[in-house]
Amino acid sequence: MTSFTKPDGTLSSLGRWLEQRTGVLSFFRSVIDESIPGGPRWAYVFGSGLLFLVATQFITGVALALYYVPSTNSAHTTVAYITKQVWSGSFIRSVHSYGSQMIVVVLFLHLAQTFLFGAFKGRREILWLSGVCLFLLMLGMAFTGYLLPWDQRAYFATAVGTNVMGEVPVVGVFLKRLLRGGDEMGTLTLSRFYVLHIIVIPFGIAAFIALHLFLFRKAGPAGPPEPVPRLSARPFYPRQFAMDAGFAGILMLILIALAHFAPVPLGPEVDRSSAAYIPRPEWYFLPLFQWLKYWAGSRAIIGIVVIPTIVFALFALVPFVDRGSERRPRRRLLSTSLFACVIGSLCLLGFLSRRDDRSDRNVSGQLAWQNEEERNYMRQPFEPTFTDVLASAKEPPSPLLLAGQGIFHTSQCVFCHGEGGVGTKAAPRLAGLASKLSVEQLSALIRHPNPKMKAGGMPAFAGSDEDLHTLIAYLQSLQ
Amino acid sequence: MFLDEVRVIELPCSTTGVFRDERETGRRSFLGLLAGVGAAAVAAVISLPFLRYMVYPLHEEASRGQWFDLGPLDQFASTAGPTRKLVNIQRLDGWQQTVSQQAVYVTHDAEGSLSVLSSVCPHLGCSVAWKPETAQFVCPCHGGCFAADGARVSGPPPTGMSVLPAKAEGARLMVSYSPVAGRSKVA
Ligand code: FES
Repeated sequence: MTSFTKPDGTLSSLGRWLEQRTGVLSFFRSVIDESIPGGPRWAYVFGSGLLFLVATQFITGVALALYYVPSTNSAHTTVAYITKQVWSGSFIRSVHSYGSQMIVVVLFLHLAQTFLFGAFKGRREILWLSGVCLFLLMLGMAFTGYLLPWDQRAYFATAVGTNVMGEVPVVGVFLKRLLRGGDEMGTLTLSRFYVLHIIVIPFGIAAFIALHLFLFRKAGPAGPPEPVPRLSARPFYPRQFAMDAGFAGILMLILIALAHFAPVPLGPEVDRSSAAYIPRPEWYFLPLFQWLKYWAGSRAIIGIVVIPTIVFALFALVPFVDRGSERRPRRRLLSTSLFACVIGSLCLLGFLSRRDDRSDRNVSGQLAWQNEEERNYMRQPFEPTFTDVLASAKEPPSPLLLAGQGIFHTSQCVFCHGEGGVGTKAAPRLAGLASKLSVEQLSALIRHPNPKMKAGGMPAFAGSDEDLHTLIAYLQSLQ
Repeated sequence: MFLDEVRVIELPCSTTGVFRDERETGRRSFLGLLAGVGAAAVAAVISLPFLRYMVYPLHEEASRGQWFDLGPLDQFASTAGPTRKLVNIQRLDGWQQTVSQQAVYVTHDAEGSLSVLSSVCPHLGCSVAWKPETAQFVCPCHGGCFAADGARVSGPPPTGMSVLPAKAEGARLMVSYSPVAGRSKVA
């Protein structure tokens, strides 16, 4: 501000110029002089902490998008490239990953503070609802971001997550297919999740943060739950500001320390055939995951849809339910104890989930083995993918192969085995198969087809030995 | 709209009823300074890994001097004109190993010895083609013309075509291709 104000506190000519055109200085003034009833407190730092974390996610996310490619061919390779190859890549990816987990923690603290202080009261219904939307959007970010590395952990956790969605009656299967881009998870799923993760949900988050802050400025800070004398109010700046900045600094230090000393690993690429893999979601989804275990069969609808909907509706509509003017938590026993119940059950479910895994030998062994696999994979150096030389160089086929192709046509092999030996209904594919057999094996089969081949209508080759070898060279060149 | 300076400064305090004396103002500007310096220091420290992260590809070597076999030497004995040859260049393109083709021209320089020219135009990098009708290399982009030995004839290109390092190995002609070509000749 110094270049905008004179020592006596009035606006300098530059400040005046800017103020008259934008009003930004008086806006800034009103922000830092925002009056906080009862004075500053550490309890109020979570909102700005969230803002700081969202900004961190935004910056690290842009950096990650610089190298990431959302397709089944490249997703895992590019994340491996970021993690193992690019300078500071592992650090930035780890900050992004830990940052997402920290958002969940701070979001919870922010929510708990608002709830317990009764800070949603006093014409703040829409402010609370915009916060609820932000909560859902953040969970959406966590869910969509988890798939993108396309390693075992990501793939199977998301497969389970989208299957849960499929259990929702009437619309569930459609939603699941819409999200996956089909019945199976694949390259379309990746691009859908990517677009949601970097475009759709972030725009939603930006819009709702703007709304949230706008409504907060309109309503003003709620202050502590107990009545305080009017004169105890203090401006946001400097003490509350210092606390907010201090909290952001602490969050940053934790993030840096975690990312530096415990970098987030990347597992081996998806192997869909691995039946043994046991998927586990991120820790904050564990209570939900455990909850779903108890609701099998026809009752599943109650567990997956009815109860969560009721709990969520209560949570979202709190300002319409808890309407009294009393804000002290001890005088709102119903609200407070309900809140404690929900938190308690979430913790219990999370604990039970961990205990189930630990007590089952097979599961804990498999989980330990999966972690070991990840560590092994992280120890291997980065392998660039290889683009096939022949395919991209488009060299013309040699005369021998051209002659072989001619024989393939004149001997009428092409009618059953298809152009380029790709196979038809009448006869199997030869491309890729012939190269696995030796010349002797092939010439024996072509000269004297086995009974099964004869039954399919395969004639014995009647041409010269030289033609046979030319034909075999052609067959073996097919990919 | 005219805004009274004094009102701009005093407005927030008068509405909130917050008491502010001179000491407070002094402390406030000091804290502001501290916050500014702190934020700048943090930003500097944090931006370091980001800078490293972003410049990483510039450090990776684009392609090492690979030697490509262009075929037997006597194939180029005729003086009918430059011969177009393709070299398959393998390079590490970020996270993938790729192969791309580059055209080179085997030609004879003024003294009659073999030289290999890059087909990349020295002006702005279009692909130069040999036109037998006019016995010149012509660039399709801005009409740069070069003689059969690659020397500049006319048009915007500042120099002649780049001569690639080449050597005879056994009875075969080898060329070293790199995006930034220097000038040399077959001994
Ligand atoms: S690029 Fe060849 S003349 Fe301009």
